[in-house]
Amino acid sequence: METAETRNRKSDSRPAKLSREVQARLGQQLRSMYDDVVNQGVPDRFTDLLNRINVTGNKDGQ
Amino acid sequence: MDESVRKAVLGAVPSLRAFAISLCGNVDRADDLVQETLLRALANIESFQPGTNMAAWLFTILRNHFRSEYRKRRREVEDGEGRYAETLKTQPEQYGHVEFREFREALAKLPSDQREALVLVGASGFSYEEAAHICECAVGTIKSRVNRARTRLAELMSIDGVDDFGPDEQTRAVMAGGGE
Repeated sequence: METAETRNRKSDSRPAKLSREVQARLGQQLRSMYDDVVNQGVPDRFTDLLNRINVTGNKDGQ
Repeated sequence: MDESVRKAVLGAVPSLRAFAISLCGNVDRADDLVQETLLRALANIESFQPGTNMAAWLFTILRNHFRSEYRKRRREVEDGEGRYAETLKTQPEQYGHVEFREFREALAKLPSDQREALVLVGASGFSYEEAAHICECAVGTIKSRVNRARTRLAELMSIDGVDDFGPDEQTRAVMAGGGE
């Protein structure tokens, strides 16, 4: 398994601009990580919170 | 509370959480941040302009709250690595585990201005204009932050070209691309 360190040694030079392909791959990883959380849906604590506020009415009364 | 408002707020919660986790790097803190954001938003719901983007409005409140309250606690927050990994059950199977971990660590090392710009535009699906509005800066600033974020990510992960990505992801990309 190639690690960041071995890749580092392989090439020291860095392209000034990322290729379209690399940008697309980074974008995929980012979205995949983000969507993993999004796909967890709405945890109960937030549904409960909004229901509670619904019952209480607006929050001016505090 | 108006039912349509309640639905719009609830509908934004999943992406608010994802954004909050990318800011805090810790799921528990992120959920507290989302909760405080919702309470603030609902206490000021009359300042929301009906017909405008509810998600963008909530993201703005969350970001402002994070910057005023949470950033000072950042050091203690950044040990959230393990907890974050725990919540992400599916990811390590979709990609090589090492590679995914590398990506997450690299993202956490970005300056927060760059990270939030990248996440808003690259993952939350906001336009550059919306992201600029949320971050209270110029559109050009967002564009340059996103570019710098990508370049820095590639540096941190030592990516020089597409060959540096794992085969699983290449396969996925070919399938997603549908061409050739």
